[in-house]
Amino acid sequence: MRRLERFKLGYRVAILVGALLLMTAPLFLSNWIIFVVAIGCAKGIVVLGVVLLLRGGLISLGHGLYYAAGAYAVAIALNRWNIRATLFLIPLSLLAGGGMAALTGLLLRRYRGIFFAMLSLAFSMILYTVLFKFYDVTGGTDGMRIHLTKESSSLFHYYLTLILTMGVIYLGRRFIMSRLGYMMQAVRYNEIRVEYMGASVSKVIYFSYVFSGFLGGLGGGLVALNVGHVAPELAYWTACADFVFVAVLGGATHVLAPFLGSIVFEFVKNYAFKFSPNTWQMTLGGILLVIIFFLPQGLWSLTEAIERKVIQWQLSLKQ
Amino acid sequence: MAVILETVSLHKHFGMVKAADNVNLRISEGEVVGIVGSNGSGKTTLLNLITGYLKPTCGEIRFQNKNITGLSPREVVALGIARSFQIPQLYTGLTVLENMLIAVSTRSGKSWDSWTPLHRNGWKEEAFGILKRFGFENDARQVVANLPEGGRKLLDVAMSFILKPKILLMDEPTSGVSVKEKSSVMDALLKALKDAGVTSVFVEHDVEIVERYAERVLAFDNGRIIADGPVNDVLADTTVRQVVLGVE
Amino acid sequence: METVVIILFDGIGFASWLFMISAGITFIFGVLRILNVAHGSIFALGAYMGAWLAAWFLGGHYPAWLSFPILIVAALLVAVTIGPLIERVFLKRIYQEEEVIPLLTTFALFLVLEDVIKLVWGIEPRFVDKPFSLMGQVRLMGISYAGYPFLLTGIAFLCALLLWLVINRTWFGRQVRSVIGDREISSAMGINVPRIDTFAFILGSFLAALGGAFTAPMISVEPGIGIDVIVLAFAVVGIGGLGSVGGAALGCLLVGVARAAAVHLYPELELFVIYALMIFVLILRPKGFFGGIEVRRI
Repeated sequence: MRRLERFKLGYRVAILVGALLLMTAPLFLSNWIIFVVAIGCAKGIVVLGVVLLLRGGLISLGHGLYYAAGAYAVAIALNRWNIRATLFLIPLSLLAGGGMAALTGLLLRRYRGIFFAMLSLAFSMILYTVLFKFYDVTGGTDGMRIHLTKESSSLFHYYLTLILTMGVIYLGRRFIMSRLGYMMQAVRYNEIRVEYMGASVSKVIYFSYVFSGFLGGLGGGLVALNVGHVAPELAYWTACADFVFVAVLGGATHVLAPFLGSIVFEFVKNYAFKFSPNTWQMTLGGILLVIIFFLPQGLWSLTEAIERKVIQWQLSLKQ
Repeated sequence: MAVILETVSLHKHFGMVKAADNVNLRISEGEVVGIVGSNGSGKTTLLNLITGYLKPTCGEIRFQNKNITGLSPREVVALGIARSFQIPQLYTGLTVLENMLIAVSTRSGKSWDSWTPLHRNGWKEEAFGILKRFGFENDARQVVANLPEGGRKLLDVAMSFILKPKILLMDEPTSGVSVKEKSSVMDALLKALKDAGVTSVFVEHDVEIVERYAERVLAFDNGRIIADGPVNDVLADTTVRQVVLGVE
Repeated sequence: METVVIILFDGIGFASWLFMISAGITFIFGVLRILNVAHGSIFALGAYMGAWLAAWFLGGHYPAWLSFPILIVAALLVAVTIGPLIERVFLKRIYQEEEVIPLLTTFALFLVLEDVIKLVWGIEPRFVDKPFSLMGQVRLMGISYAGYPFLLTGIAFLCALLLWLVINRTWFGRQVRSVIGDREISSAMGINVPRIDTFAFILGSFLAALGGAFTAPMISVEPGIGIDVIVLAFAVVGIGGLGSVGGAALGCLLVGVARAAAVHLYPELELFVIYALMIFVLILRPKGFFGGIEVRRI
């Protein structure tokens, strides 16, 4: 279908333009906006992790665990062990998240639905209590201001986040189109069939879970670097809920959706807070309700709706 | 011909209910066996037991002389036993093609593979091939939830078939298929199975289908086998006619 | 020995405090199959309404002990206004969606209500400690305890009893039990399931608001009190089993005593033990002690 091909091309061009804009943004946008975009991308990585599990019918209410693990791994490495090369810090955050997921996943893969959600939340809260109380290592409730890395500069962190985000988008897309990606969907629709095909539901969930943990850790590490501070709240239930919020906000259908949702979320949160510190939560809550009731496929379905409108318009032009 | 599947003193009790009552059977390679019995007589239970979905209360199941009692469905499938379901078990939110691709790609193991795309050419060819064989070429992009009952049934059988099993157990393969299509479906199915050297076992309610396609028949009642022999003999047996077919 | 007694009393006090909101959440889950995150805000609303009404009341020339019934009235007010609003306008439309949607809807409502509270009552902390001091001190086994937690225990007990009576000994309660068992069949039998839903939600909200109202005299009532409570309630409900009020009671006791033990013996582990306990129980009993209600029917 030529129309479809032309639209796909247009779509790809749009993405390329978007990427170019982001790459050159520091030239014409304020530092603060750059910062918000960076945080949005970094958190978007975590949200992608949540989305990948949602596609399997699993609600991870505890992704804060991997997020906080990644962030604190960076913080502790910098402050206590004096590892200052970002080259080492990033893999460290990846491993922290993935490692945690490798452990918790062993247990969580046996649970489904609301029980999975609650147990995952419990794990995140456990980390919260540890971060909260063990002042000597973690800085307690105040958290830790992290020391400077070798390359410290917000511009460097921005580009680092951008590049890694693009990498994650590529890997995420491959994941979704891969056998494991489809098997996760298969698990969601019919576990019995999966077993009767000779595949292990347990293994499928576990591997997806570990992958999703890596993403959580990476996101956490990037946020730590960009913000320069870590706190136990990263593992609190509200942070976990935010990730699920954004996952639904963006939608679970396309790999770009979590990032779109996350950036929108960060902007709304920051502007709403600046505008009126006592109503920003209400604004977010209101937006979520609107999405749930009117756009159940998330913001991304807007792009699909636009897609359809454009095709219709092109069709009408022919006549 | 070698014995491919046998059960020895197989029992399954659910409290007082005997879903399988001292079931002894022997199926040889290449046979085409029909299983008949009224509702609740234990036919599906037998399939569930053989494929490991249920664990027997006691007794043994042997496949190619190997004791497979207590293995999980996954392990049983890996050994070469496949089965299709009375209520089609499909990935309802995915398309017909995707369902088939998943079945095809699963054969190559490696559940951790998050890199290789599902829609690879090699697999796509094979998937399309079998979809065509079962009459699905036009529905390949259709979401399974939108398929009619008969189509879902067929897809269910096709997905079990593509696992290239040594023996295929089918639970009412033609239920839901329209009457005029039943024969052509069974024709195509059993021919394909015979060509591939797969032993076929099918549970059926439609006596005509059984008469036409089965070489041998097992009749069930209340969890026990009441007749076991060549199709014409069993279907002519008076007890079978009374209890299973409801003929006075 | 003395420590054990202290731990037990502390634990029971904490458990009583936590019971009402936990019972509310688990009851609502049993009937509507929705885990209501907004229960934290309902708790907070109860606290604010209670603090507000009690302060206004105590400012007048009425006998101080009447402030207790005032707290109950406050809870009732919250329940009958917010309850139907949330349930009818929002929950009725999404309860059939896949699990994550109702959860997020209640989370969104939680966010909204948190700010509504700020808008109505401002962000300054409120103190209404008169009811607390009214209960004075109690001397038991040579140790002096505050009297107020004993009141809480009494109220928790009464709530549990009342709930049990309503569910097991009334005609209405029978319908509720039926809906808890199977919504579709109940509907087919002619039970007005939507009405039961609303009633259950109001009752569950009343319990949470009551918990909040009676908490007000113990704390400084300020924005955010619902945030910490809700996750504690989740832990309790997870341990006890979703939908089981008895489970919530058991969960509260376990959590209360565990926490009290930690506070007195290893203070750093105060919060840790709660979630460690939750994980421990969920490992042994994935659906909690008395869980087993199916969340999804195919």
